[in-house]
Amino acid sequence: MMSGWSLIRFATILVYLFLFAPVAVVILLAFNANQFGSFPIEGLSLRWFEALWNNDAIVRAFKTSLLLGALTSAISTTLGTMAALAMVRYDFPGKRTISTLLVAPILIPEVVLAVALLLFLQFLAMPKSFGLLLMGHVVFTLPFVLLVVQARLVSIRRDVEEAAMSLGATPIQTFFEITLPLMMPAVMAGMLFSFTISFDDITGTLFWKPGGVETVPTQIFAMLRNSISPEINALGAVMVMFTVALPLIATAIARVASARKIRANATPD
Amino acid sequence: MAADVAGARRTPWVLLSPSLATISLLLIIPMMFIVVYSFWLRTATGADQVGFFLDNWIEVLGDRFYRDILFQTFAIAFYTTVICALIGYIPAYFVANTPMKSKTFLLLMLMLPFWISYIIRTMSWINILGASGALNTLFVSIGIIDEPIQMLYNQTTVVLGLVHYLLPFMILNVYVSLDGIDKNLTEAAQSLGCTGFQAFREVTLPLSFPGLAAGSLLCFVLAAGTYITPVILGGPRDAMFANLVFEAIVTQLNWPLGSALSLVLLALLGALVVIYTRYLGVDQIAKSFK
Repeated sequence: MMSGWSLIRFATILVYLFLFAPVAVVILLAFNANQFGSFPIEGLSLRWFEALWNNDAIVRAFKTSLLLGALTSAISTTLGTMAALAMVRYDFPGKRTISTLLVAPILIPEVVLAVALLLFLQFLAMPKSFGLLLMGHVVFTLPFVLLVVQARLVSIRRDVEEAAMSLGATPIQTFFEITLPLMMPAVMAGMLFSFTISFDDITGTLFWKPGGVETVPTQIFAMLRNSISPEINALGAVMVMFTVALPLIATAIARVASARKIRANATPD
Repeated sequence: MAADVAGARRTPWVLLSPSLATISLLLIIPMMFIVVYSFWLRTATGADQVGFFLDNWIEVLGDRFYRDILFQTFAIAFYTTVICALIGYIPAYFVANTPMKSKTFLLLMLMLPFWISYIIRTMSWINILGASGALNTLFVSIGIIDEPIQMLYNQTTVVLGLVHYLLPFMILNVYVSLDGIDKNLTEAAQSLGCTGFQAFREVTLPLSFPGLAAGSLLCFVLAAGTYITPVILGGPRDAMFANLVFEAIVTQLNWPLGSALSLVLLALLGALVVIYTRYLGVDQIAKSFK
């Protein structure tokens, strides 16, 4: 029996290796001093990161991606949180249909979603623009925010709110003083999730982006078409650090902040 | 009091209206629009001829070229899903049943690939399999081969890239359903005389089926709709359906034809989703967000 379990453990390690080894190679090659940025490794160097920093197109793409991600996450988190509140806290006719409708963007292939939105807006004589890109990103991040916030909202107890109301707080006061602080971790998770999805998206973005505008993934894609240059590995390493470190740091901050808050609330004033 | 009740009845709709408006305006109406659009005709001058023409549909459904690529797309998605299910079940089982304290860490590692950029994960295979990639460099240096061999740009590498991209979806879905199984059940089966493997086959495997099905649906739908992987890791003959759509819309600017093509993809994948929800329900997929 034990040997069966060790076999499973061994296979698990192999699967983890399969998942992470290629990414590890990207990071390794990003620091490679070799002038072609490929194997063999000839020593460590930051030259590719320096080249990245001096590459205007990449810096511009980074700024576009950051702005797009920030706006997308602000809008879809606001909309998604409101919808999640309605879904979890209220009963109303047609709830199932609306729930399906709101998660529809996940069920529809992204290519189809991209084509529909693009052609409809072109038909309305709206050219490809940053605005179209933003609208598209909001549409397909919204269901993720809704699902994430909804899942966490279920576990927030209602009686705290009822207590506040019975002590004379208005519904609006109750929301901002009680509900919102309690939902904050869920809202933050939604924001982070939508930001990352937006920051990483490529399929829809390729359809929607106006000529000359590049996000980081489309920039990498364009560079890949020429040849794999060492700068791409450096950019990949930056992306990995950005998309992995950011959620980890945010989680850590949230944890410290909530721990501090609990302590502050526990001490009588 | 009556006003209060009416107010409370209105509140959910006030909260829902921005999302509903967004989804309706930017998704539902555009979807209906491309249905209409697929019956229009792109004339030689580049203008759209409004009307009810079946030309696009006849071309899309009748032309062997489109049918072959459709089959190829579904074959690639099928291989990807089967491989994901086979190799994804094991780590999910391990993490769900490990007595180790590092379970949280293992789970975090399962979530990590979701945060790593899709395009980076796809192109990373060029560094492994490319002419000057890790494997070729290794093989040449130890003398197994004299010249780098061409391992990239074929259907296998497309499937490989897709498996690498979609495996976390499978693992997570299977894990969610395995984690929800009452451990007493397998113990009961074993105390009644099942061997460990029999208990797994008769109890654990059937109970984890909803997760396996949800993961498979996600893998298949996402794989069949993929655009980037065949462009980066496939050869010229490995185009998938989404590549045709992109070609028609962005390159040829034949929007009515592109609409018909996207609707075919939507109808086929939509049928799968509908069959799935009839038997298993969407809730299973929503579970993995908890």
